[in-house]
Amino acid sequence: MYSFDPTEEQQMLIEAVNKYATNDLRPAARNAEESGELPRKIIAKGWDLGLLQASIPEMYGGFGERSAVTGALAVEEMAFGDLAGALAVTTPSLFATPILLMGSEEQKREYLPRIVEGEWSPYTAALIEYAFDFDPNDLKTTAALEDGRYSLNGEKAFVPFAKEAQALLVYANLDGQTQAFIVAKEAEGLSISEEREKLMGVNALPLYRVKLTNVKIPAANRLGGESGCAFEQLLASMQIANAAAAVGVANAAFEYSRDYAKEREAFGVKIAQKQAIAFMLAEMRTEIEAMRLLMWEAAWELDTGREDAVKDAYLASTGAADMAMMVTDRAVQILGGHGYIRDHPVEMWMRNGRGFATFTGLAIV
Amino acid sequence: MAIEFDAPKPVVNAQFVLKTVAEEMMRPNSRYFDEHEHEIPWDYIEFMHSAMKAMGGNSLAPREPSPSSPPPKDERHRDDGGKRPPIGYQLIVAQMEALSWGDVGLYHCLPGGGLGAAAVHAAGSPEQREKFLARFHGDKPTFAAMCITEAGAGSDNSAIRTRAVLDEKANEWVINGEKIFVTGGDKSFTEYEKLGRGFIVVWASIDPAAGRAGMRAFVVEGGTPGVRAVKLEHKMGIRVSDTAAISLVDARVPFENILGSPIVDQNPTGFKKAMATFDATRPLVAATGVGVARAAFEFLKERLAEREIHIRYGLPRQKLTSIERDVIDMEIMLKSAWLMVIKAVWMADNKKPNALEASMSKVRSGDICTKITQRVVEMLGPLGYSREFLAEKWMRDAKITDIYEGTGQINRLVVARQILGYSGAELR
Repeated sequence: MYSFDPTEEQQMLIEAVNKYATNDLRPAARNAEESGELPRKIIAKGWDLGLLQASIPEMYGGFGERSAVTGALAVEEMAFGDLAGALAVTTPSLFATPILLMGSEEQKREYLPRIVEGEWSPYTAALIEYAFDFDPNDLKTTAALEDGRYSLNGEKAFVPFAKEAQALLVYANLDGQTQAFIVAKEAEGLSISEEREKLMGVNALPLYRVKLTNVKIPAANRLGGESGCAFEQLLASMQIANAAAAVGVANAAFEYSRDYAKEREAFGVKIAQKQAIAFMLAEMRTEIEAMRLLMWEAAWELDTGREDAVKDAYLASTGAADMAMMVTDRAVQILGGHGYIRDHPVEMWMRNGRGFATFTGLAIV
Repeated sequence: MAIEFDAPKPVVNAQFVLKTVAEEMMRPNSRYFDEHEHEIPWDYIEFMHSAMKAMGGNSLAPREPSPSSPPPKDERHRDDGGKRPPIGYQLIVAQMEALSWGDVGLYHCLPGGGLGAAAVHAAGSPEQREKFLARFHGDKPTFAAMCITEAGAGSDNSAIRTRAVLDEKANEWVINGEKIFVTGGDKSFTEYEKLGRGFIVVWASIDPAAGRAGMRAFVVEGGTPGVRAVKLEHKMGIRVSDTAAISLVDARVPFENILGSPIVDQNPTGFKKAMATFDATRPLVAATGVGVARAAFEFLKERLAEREIHIRYGLPRQKLTSIERDVIDMEIMLKSAWLMVIKAVWMADNKKPNALEASMSKVRSGDICTKITQRVVEMLGPLGYSREFLAEKWMRDAKITDIYEGTGQINRLVVARQILGYSGAELR
């Protein structure tokens, strides 16, 4: 059957996240962007919503079951409040969710309870590399098995909270396949940049460069142990999260510019009463709907174990990135000169909007 | 409920069966009827009529379950006492998409009620539905059509000049006016021996001073004296589907053939109810656009595969070839447009108000089917432009999707009013 209604529990979750996004993330967003710092109090409050906790079974310290659809609904709603805030709150998922999905029994037992039972603490992951042709399926960072240990070499970029992370999940190329490796913060050869990444947007999210020089880790630290992990499934989860966040940001920009257009007067009418503006808004809403459905379908396919999930998550992420750029650009355009001024959030959303072409790896469902 | 994307079994079955029909009965005839405009595809019509009867579907016209007509196929096949949600419209769009993949012009020649029946279904009383819709389940293929557009009234249908005046003595409406662009108007009105008696639904004003509030739709039976199909248009595409001009001179119609109330009041509910037809039919037209676009898209991928060009899904944009990037963009457009159609009709099936989703699906489909087909012709170069293949025909066929059943611009207006909470007066 087709159905487009979230379950009752999902609806409750959406409402709770929306409340947090609207009342906490959104009002803090501009200051956080300008100062580069989101108050930890706000991150802690987002963590207490229990999104990650609810995706992990009781035996590992959580209280629920992972669903990509539920995760996507939550990420969209949180990114609607503020993207950098949403990515900060969900950073521990970058480490925990791959372990939940692909980890060995020992890995799950060791890490999941300690992540989800306590307060928000920065466990993170490193996927992106600093190259224009970065390809998650063809990483330059390498892993090689030497004397029963993996040796990691390379450089990762855009790693959230790397500076204070307890442990990192580092993605590396092992014989042509992307695999993930658990690296403790004190590992020898691991060096984290002093400076944060300087980016066009998401300035409230502390991102770092991470260098790995002959970092030796026990063979048991390969995600999934000896047999490794099915990376394409993890990548799909990240692409769906990326698409969901793109839809959330686009929807924020759409609603803000729509409301502005209904207030702002020109030539004796509200500018929303002019077709030039009204049609832009109609197209923005239509594109958002299109990409939300594509993203939902990919998430549902992932949850139900369909092969198409891998391709459709890619399509959803690619399409949603384009859509978010288009919608946020138009939001700035609708506000005109005011859109360009940093008093309004739309310029920030436009800068964030371009990021989805490169953000896959910063969120996971 | 939950968010789910599992196509219901009857939908999957219909898609499977209709693919064969499209391949066997439509594609081989596509070029011939494109080049022999106004020739009626009798073999196809008769085959489709008997095939649909054999399948138990009779017609694609939506209809009410009633003691005299069996419930729609999807409901009869239920094995859980009818507790599953209804999927009538979902089944219809799946059929329309699959057949339009075959040939959208020939799809319009599918016997059945089409838009005429949809209007009766949306705005008619239970008695009217019973009376006018039963014929589509008869022995002969039968057509119905919708007459709205006039030379001076296209998207702005409040400018309709056709008048209906009640002759109280005879208890008949007397209709005068001229309608154009009536899809299937000839087959619905002209009395061909091989066809059952059809009807046209004519929009006319019963009170010009009342503007929209005075607008009503009337069922005019095929062959009614004073009514003539005066002209068949020559078109860019969908040439096998007849597009008629219909003239009505003192056409007399029984009083009870009016859809909605004969009383004009300030609250134009009659008009609104009739406009509800479009909420129901816009996603259906959107589905035909998706079908044409998919035809062109698959044709392109087959040609590329012949040349060993395979699309490397999963690569970052920066590493894709221009061809790959185009194909991936097209696939994103195609898939998301189809999901919008499905959501809009799922809402209709579940009696959720869907004016916004219906219009959005039409906006999107009109956009993407024109873009995709135009791009396919471009990418195929001489093969695309040549009439030896169907790509150029699909491009011509696709364009109408963004025009009929509300142009892309009118649908944007509907979407905009919905999302802004504006009336027609606030956003003109």
